[in-house]
Amino acid sequence: MPEISAGDTAWVLVSAALVLLMTAPGLALFYGGMVRAKSTLNMMMMSFGALFVVGIIWVVYGYSVAFGPALDAGSFLGDPSAYFGLNGLLNTSAMALNGGYYPIPATAFIVFQAMFAVITVALISGAIADRARFGTWLVFAAIWVTIVYLPVARAVFYFGDQDANGGGFIATKIGALDFAGGTAVHINAGAAGLALALVLGKRIGFGKMLLRPSNLPLVMIGAGLLWFGWFGFNAGSALGANGLAGVAFVNTLSATCAAALGWLLVERLRDGHATSLGAASGIVAGLVAITPACAFVDTAGALSIGVIAGAMTALAVGLKYRFGYDDSLDVVGVHLVGGLVGTILIGFFGTTSVNEFSVDGLFYGGGASQLVKQIQAALIVMIFSFVVTYILGTILSKTIGFRVSREEELEGVDIVSQAESAYDLVDSSKGSSKGKSA
Amino acid sequence: MKLVTAIIKPFKVEDVKAALQAQGVNGMTVSDAAGYGRQGGHVEVYRGAEYTVDLVPKVRIEALINDSDVAKVVDAIVAAAKTGKIGDGKVWVIPVEDVVRVRTGEHGAEAV
Repeated sequence: MPEISAGDTAWVLVSAALVLLMTAPGLALFYGGMVRAKSTLNMMMMSFGALFVVGIIWVVYGYSVAFGPALDAGSFLGDPSAYFGLNGLLNTSAMALNGGYYPIPATAFIVFQAMFAVITVALISGAIADRARFGTWLVFAAIWVTIVYLPVARAVFYFGDQDANGGGFIATKIGALDFAGGTAVHINAGAAGLALALVLGKRIGFGKMLLRPSNLPLVMIGAGLLWFGWFGFNAGSALGANGLAGVAFVNTLSATCAAALGWLLVERLRDGHATSLGAASGIVAGLVAITPACAFVDTAGALSIGVIAGAMTALAVGLKYRFGYDDSLDVVGVHLVGGLVGTILIGFFGTTSVNEFSVDGLFYGGGASQLVKQIQAALIVMIFSFVVTYILGTILSKTIGFRVSREEELEGVDIVSQAESAYDLVDSSKGSSKGKSA
Repeated sequence: MKLVTAIIKPFKVEDVKAALQAQGVNGMTVSDAAGYGRQGGHVEVYRGAEYTVDLVPKVRIEALINDSDVAKVVDAIVAAAKTGKIGDGKVWVIPVEDVVRVRTGEHGAEAV
């Protein structure tokens, strides 16, 4: 058992807080500004709500199912009773265990991984903006994280016990590389978003009328906060204050810059203008794509992945109009497509020159074997997430109802779900001040 | 008495206000408006999706004036609001039957 490293522990704890910042308020602002004014608060509350629900599930049984000892030999799940309520881990002596012990407390690893579960759920909400019932969303968050996220996180992020036995099948059997969650977070959330967008159906007026973003400055602030937090997401995934974290950090800068410019270039050529929404979207697309690859590629690889991801996602967001699914805020176009680009391009751009645990890809003399593994991992997560989410969403729709009524949707989900308005811009809308005080 | 209404480009409000003050017009009402005339709307693009915005933001200025001031006030507004480009707006004048100053109860030309 290693001694606790103060530097590593400090970095992982700070990284966990940075990943929290990505969800609340980063993603909440990014999404909240992109919807119409009558849906802004509900949109932000879906991110915060995911945080509340998943934060509790994680400490009660989530961590144990994702990172605990296997339920039985060969199981895809951990035993929820092993660390139920963080039993045996919430103390000053337990060390982080994931395919061997790390010189950080178990609690630091637990809270860092908790934030990944939170943001994965929150990302999905962008696909069902303006029309979901808040209560059903919270129920969905609880069930989805349990039956989709926990098994996928275990498959991708779990490297087994102290002797590295029993690790997740994508990480250890297939041997796909995913440093910080291109598959478990982004492909997973993107495929789930597509399923929910199909289950809930199109918003009233989709493709016909102006569903204009209400506050692009909020979107820009959100994108900036996401980027800031993403340094914790990617570099924190080194689980130590070390060279690996430095490599991931630098690539999280360069790939993202390339992606933003890639998106803007597509816009300039296709639409005539480089937009602020395009810049914010390109930033997120680049962050998504470099997430799985950030510790495995050199500068040429990071810049290539960034610009390819930026351009491809800029083109992919138009698909929803062609195929007629209302993925309102482009969870599919940005996270699924960006996640696929990053995960698969490791097979081309991976290089052992930056990290001995990397693999040389097709462009670095390593042949196609890693590429095949990357594609396998991406497809497995995508199909599993889509199918299970579609079934779960359908069951919730048929039982407790997932979508607000037509009248409620026209009035706006903020008033219906939260009984609040995001903005008070017109004096005459104040109405009388008659009411009751608490 | 006449009511002058001017629909102008939002960034011309300060110029028109100064021009009216120079003509001795002591009060006006300004409100945000939206509409379209011969220039139509404009196109906005969000993540590649094009939306035609039919109603363009405008400002509506209303001022009550005496009959003798009509010509010079209208000329002043037009001169101040003009850019020469499409979408500069319109000015019109309609007769007013009566005006009351709320504070004093004065009627007619006294209240203008």
